[in-house]
Amino acid sequence: MTSRRTLLTMAAALAGAALISSPSLAQKKYDPGASDTEIKIGNINPYSGPASAYGLIGKTLEAYFKKVNAEGGVNGRKLTFVTYDDGYSPPKTVEQARKLVESDEVLLVFQSLGTPGNTAIQKYMNGKKVPQLFVATGATQFGNPKEFPWTMGWQPNYQSEGRIYAKYILDKHPNGKIGILYQNDDYGKDYLKGMKEGLGAKAATMIVSELPYEVADPTVDSQIVTLKSKGADIFFNVATPKFAAQAIRKAAEIGWQPVHLLNNVSNSVGSVLKPAGLEASKGILSTGYIKDSTDPTWKDDAGMKEWIAFMDKYFPEGDKTSSFTVYGYAVGQSLVQVLKQAGNELTRENVMKQAANLKNVEINVLLPGIKLNSGPNDFFPIEQMQMQRFTGDRWELFGPIMSGEIGS
Amino acid sequence: MELFLHQLLAGIATGGIYACMALAVVMIYQSIDHFNFAQGEMAMFSTYIAWQLLAWGFPYWIAFAFTIVISFIAGVVIERALFKPIRNAPVLSHIIVFIAMFSILNSIAGFIWEHTIKSFPSPFPSQPLFNNRLIGAHDLGMIAVTLILLVLLYVLFRHTRLGLAMRAAAANPDSARLVGIRVGWMVALGWGLAAAIGAVAGMMIAPVVFLEPNMMLGILLYGLAGAVVGGLTSPVGAVLGGFAVGIVENLAGTFVPVIGKELKLTIALVLIVAVLMVKPSGLFGRTAVSRV
Amino acid sequence: MAVREDIAETAVAAPRLGGLTVPAWQRLILVAALIVGLALPLFLKNFHVFQLTLVMVYAIAILGLNLLTGINGQFSLGHSAFYAIGAYTTAILMDRFGVPYFLTLPAAGVVCLVAGFLFGLPALRLEGLYLALATFALAVATPQLLKLSILEHWTGGVQGIVIIKPDAPFGLPLSQDRWLYYFTLAVLLLMFVAAVRLVSSRTGRALKAIRDNPLAAKAMGIDTAFYKSMAFGVSALYTGVAGSLGAIVVQFVAPDSFTFFLAVSFLVGLVVGGVGSIPGALIGGIFIMYIPNLAEQVSKGLAWAVYGAILILVIYVMPTGAAGFVRLVTGRLARLMSSNR
Repeated sequence: MTSRRTLLTMAAALAGAALISSPSLAQKKYDPGASDTEIKIGNINPYSGPASAYGLIGKTLEAYFKKVNAEGGVNGRKLTFVTYDDGYSPPKTVEQARKLVESDEVLLVFQSLGTPGNTAIQKYMNGKKVPQLFVATGATQFGNPKEFPWTMGWQPNYQSEGRIYAKYILDKHPNGKIGILYQNDDYGKDYLKGMKEGLGAKAATMIVSELPYEVADPTVDSQIVTLKSKGADIFFNVATPKFAAQAIRKAAEIGWQPVHLLNNVSNSVGSVLKPAGLEASKGILSTGYIKDSTDPTWKDDAGMKEWIAFMDKYFPEGDKTSSFTVYGYAVGQSLVQVLKQAGNELTRENVMKQAANLKNVEINVLLPGIKLNSGPNDFFPIEQMQMQRFTGDRWELFGPIMSGEIGS
Repeated sequence: MELFLHQLLAGIATGGIYACMALAVVMIYQSIDHFNFAQGEMAMFSTYIAWQLLAWGFPYWIAFAFTIVISFIAGVVIERALFKPIRNAPVLSHIIVFIAMFSILNSIAGFIWEHTIKSFPSPFPSQPLFNNRLIGAHDLGMIAVTLILLVLLYVLFRHTRLGLAMRAAAANPDSARLVGIRVGWMVALGWGLAAAIGAVAGMMIAPVVFLEPNMMLGILLYGLAGAVVGGLTSPVGAVLGGFAVGIVENLAGTFVPVIGKELKLTIALVLIVAVLMVKPSGLFGRTAVSRV
Repeated sequence: MAVREDIAETAVAAPRLGGLTVPAWQRLILVAALIVGLALPLFLKNFHVFQLTLVMVYAIAILGLNLLTGINGQFSLGHSAFYAIGAYTTAILMDRFGVPYFLTLPAAGVVCLVAGFLFGLPALRLEGLYLALATFALAVATPQLLKLSILEHWTGGVQGIVIIKPDAPFGLPLSQDRWLYYFTLAVLLLMFVAAVRLVSSRTGRALKAIRDNPLAAKAMGIDTAFYKSMAFGVSALYTGVAGSLGAIVVQFVAPDSFTFFLAVSFLVGLVVGGVGSIPGALIGGIFIMYIPNLAEQVSKGLAWAVYGAILILVIYVMPTGAAGFVRLVTGRLARLMSSNR
């Protein structure tokens, strides 16, 4: 019992969980993948291939569930984590999803990573009525309960974040000239869409140049040079860590000093700003919802201390400077919260019901004030973010907690 | 005009990256008459070795030299251990082994050193030369290193007996054997030199693109393209080809309307194929005459 | 999987049973394989049926590559492009125009035939490594072209296209997966028989003559330019039909599905199965479908390293692929039998 309690870091969450799960305690109901002793969770991650950096999230989850089991499991049941590699190739994602559902008979598929892969299996998962829960992508199409009631996102979606920057620009630099660098895929285009929607009618006049890059490009130097020469004084940097760091460094190198808005995907101090150069990164603006493990602000933070203890004990070989390990820890906790709420009624339907019934859930490695909220018509659990400015050694939060209010 | 000049210089800077890699491609081509698809990954792995040595506290130039030596030995060992046993197998089987090496090196590098990008130090000053804003000191340094390598290679192939023997072993193994050249060891030596050049290329490129297991994926393609455009038999051609690819890519991406920015790479590749159709052996390569 | 076991078993059994000639054995194996192929899905879970269907899809694609490389001696690292064209043709026809899935197959084939032929024309001037680079470039450029925003209306851009899986026709009591399996099997048989016919025809002999000695072929009056382009076209047709089937089976197309790694997979399948061998394509398909899964089971973090090690091992044991290996073994056995007598 005590070990079970240690899992619940937040008293509020505990109260909420007890309240909701109590009615179902009376009767036990199971779908495939759940029993008196076990809950089987499926996952798909790119452990190999060009996107293998993300494999770290899957490994963190594996370690996190080990911790949960060592501390007594969820409502007395052990979590069995079945994770497969799709190499970021959609046909392989379909194969692995089918393997999880039809061969391993998992209760749910959790944190499958990447927009193309998740799009590829969305129809299948919904047809089979198996939860495709907390997908690891910020694309907006995974929060559409009317059409896909079995698919739910988790992180703030890219489009909302784009809108938050647009709001900031309209507020502080209404006459600015915006230059955008974006990755030429769904992720980049979602940010672009959010930014344009946020700017509204002013988008056409304010955006002076939008340049894509491909993952296979060696550098983005050429794009940065063009953006500067088009006279942009606001730079919206929608790139993944490597290219974001290149862009920061190149901009400094050619003496371009715009208002620099860096997307959340690449705002890790340890794995982006430090390689790019802390001096060159000074003054960069971004948004956050997760605590940065390399940011000294959280040196004495209880949540981050717990995370470090977890990393030391269960995932010592894991990379502590990467934001993926914190992310994995946070999303793992979110799933445990859902399963706790589901109590003894471990059916696929109830898992979705409870996932859509998160009320002010706090996760200790998310920024203070950011809470998980979902409902039958709200399949975006995290919608809040806060803007932050890089001071040269840490992120400094400023302004109110904002949400991009997509669809509202 | 200013944009043109800027893009031209940025193109020369990235062209330097390709030129460096193209030299390694020419080196391996001169010794095995083929591409090595794992060459980029070998260079990446060498760079990680250098990074590790630096992390252990070795001074830059010591680590630099060590890495070159280690890579050279590794190249020779790979040839002796992996390719000698299948030297009579069809060419396609060799290509499969290249692919296998590619995946092994990529996977192991990610396993040991993680996928998070690492910054790799540059041996050159961080302030640009003469305080210009157009081309960084590292870019100039990289171009200088490429030219030094080029001269060394040129001297090796054109003015030493060893170079002649290597070329003979690659071009016509049977006749080479008849005149007393130890063909097997010439090939191994070629592998070693290619690995060493690759290591230098990796250490020059990493400060620009950051060190991570997939850093060579795109660069190898451009390097190959550069080498092919310039002519696989000519180190000078390969270097010029590398620069040409860098410049064409940047200018196409900037000045071709509508599709240019999205198809930067594609346009560069189409141009290369077009060049090849007019001059099938590359701009500086010698036309191969085959015996019937 | 089943097929490979068959080959191994019968090869071992050969000396004991004796009497039958090699072609007779081949026919026997073929019939046995066909029976296994027809019966197999009835005993397997839908998921495994789906995997086997993909094996056949890859086998058709590899066969296409084989016609180009194995029969005509031209090298391609770009067949993922034709696979993609086939897949997108089907997806666009089904999704935007409501064309029934079985009609999209010939359409995809024709589109790829033309695309392959057109690509083959300039490729004529390129040989060996240069052709390799040109096709390599094609493979790398494909995802970018598919993403191109001016084509987005048709291709769905970066999002790709989701398509609906067809049900079994005439109210047959078959699951969607089993039905697609049989449908794919039928297409596979058709394509394989056509390939066998093609290879043994006059055209096939011309293609092989070009492979073995281009100059002599030219001297004999073979229109090498035409035949080489045509080989590219037919090869692309095969791969395109495979892509079309693949799209229907997977129900989804997106630029990320057709990267350079797919082209490499085909090449691996070709060499492992045996360059120039038509049944080898099936073994290649089995390899590229199941070996990555096996590697993943051995080690998640080092899956690619394990895969690479397996590849090297395969090349060492069978330098000329599975087909060459079988030939070698049966040849030895035959010699053994005749010397015993």
